[in-house]
Amino acid sequence: MTGLLLAEFTTTEKWVVNSFWGVIAVVMVYAALRVVTTKNVVHAALWLVVVLAGVAVQFLFLGAEFVAVTQILVYIGAVIVLFLFGVMLTRASMGDDETVADEKRAMAAVVGVLLLAVMAFALVDSFDDVEITADGPQSVTTVSDSIFSQYIVPFEAVSVLLLAALIGAIVVARQD
Amino acid sequence: MIAAITDPWWFQTTLRVVGGLAAVLLVAGTLVYLHLFKMVSFMQSRLGPMEAGPFGSLQLLAEVGKFIQKEDIFPRKADRFVFAAAPFVVLMSTFLLVVVVPGGPDAWFVDSEIGIYLGMAVSSVSVIGILMAGWGSASKYSLLGGLRATGQLIAYELPLILAVLGVVIQAETMNMQGIVLAQAEGEIFGWGAIGNPYILTQGVAFLVFLVAMQAELTQTPFDMPIAESELVTGYMTEYSGMRFLLFFIGEFATAGVFSAIAAVLFLGGWYIPGIDPTAGIMNVLGPIVLISKVVVLTFIVFWVRFTFPRFREDQLQKLAWKVLIPIALANIVVTGVLKVVF
Repeated sequence: MTGLLLAEFTTTEKWVVNSFWGVIAVVMVYAALRVVTTKNVVHAALWLVVVLAGVAVQFLFLGAEFVAVTQILVYIGAVIVLFLFGVMLTRASMGDDETVADEKRAMAAVVGVLLLAVMAFALVDSFDDVEITADGPQSVTTVSDSIFSQYIVPFEAVSVLLLAALIGAIVVARQD
Repeated sequence: MIAAITDPWWFQTTLRVVGGLAAVLLVAGTLVYLHLFKMVSFMQSRLGPMEAGPFGSLQLLAEVGKFIQKEDIFPRKADRFVFAAAPFVVLMSTFLLVVVVPGGPDAWFVDSEIGIYLGMAVSSVSVIGILMAGWGSASKYSLLGGLRATGQLIAYELPLILAVLGVVIQAETMNMQGIVLAQAEGEIFGWGAIGNPYILTQGVAFLVFLVAMQAELTQTPFDMPIAESELVTGYMTEYSGMRFLLFFIGEFATAGVFSAIAAVLFLGGWYIPGIDPTAGIMNVLGPIVLISKVVVLTFIVFWVRFTFPRFREDQLQKLAWKVLIPIALANIVVTGVLKVVF
């Protein structure tokens, strides 16, 4: 009984879980469309919160509790907050902002489609017809064991990368 | 609250919703009456509310009635949806936070393996609500208040989480029940009569946690976001009636929930020395013990609130980044080394 949502769902019929998954996916797609179509930068950030919260719930359905909570802590609690903070410090106009770059839409659409194609290919290529079953929540011990043994080199590389970015930001921001 | 595995999920869910409402509203009400109405009055040599009910104990209901009757005012240029939704986002974060606090061996809402991590994650969502309130009001006082609040909450979230890490290292689990049991079964140099409340070994982390908690709750001396002499009431300036009440409930309920988390992490949570922590009676005694610890901790919060003057913005940021975070990091290193050595 150490599940967040799964305690209830593992015993339930599969179609119930699948339909919940579908409802959340539809909401996410709608919110994602609003992120790129709205003219108000603050509204775009708030729609992005809906998308990211949806991702967190989808992770819960897959039994990846730790990843779901990290998604909330890092993306909603930090990235979006900093994003909103930056927008409000610089251009917090109420109502629609007509200067939102329209001429870059075509390029953005191309990049978006390309990304979608790459990710869809990667997913289909690696999972094809593997059925993903959630056998209860994934334990944190498993996650930490694989990070600190099998994936220790990428983990340390990412840490060094982030540290370098941090120092770079300080160097750029310092006046003296 | 006590959810047997055999119960259908809708029954468990209903129990949890009712329990969560009680845990948020009753605790918030108790704290407002005890501390805001009575304790502060006594500190200032006055009686506080005395008319409604015995010793003014029904004053709170009168206040709620007054707020409900008030007109729900929207500023003309406000972004109506964002403005209206902001208090609910703040309150939602409080409700999600209360579910990680255990009240007894079987009296819990969610017994998650990553309990405290979940709590820290959902507590950071309230910042979004504050930013929504600040921007949605279309007022410069609100916007400045919202920005100040965000800068402060981001800065003090780090020492808060780093202070928790010391406890997690010592208890070897992020599960809140596990942390309580680790303290109940702990021993002080072989003497196990009162267990080992982590305030003894993690005293530094406890102090850092209390200071960071005071700032996260935006209570004086950390109330720059609602500094009334400069910003009216910051991000809450344009709110009236029910929506203002929601912010108010959120403020006091969050004070209660953060104190409950501090009580679980550092003061032993719901266990009573000498009673078997798995005994059924603990499901009744546990919440009472926990709430008395919450009252003591919130007493400290409000005592400080009504004693100290406000920090300046630069002092506030300096305290977080140059004092609290280094102390918390040093505490983690020392705890880790001692954990490996012993």
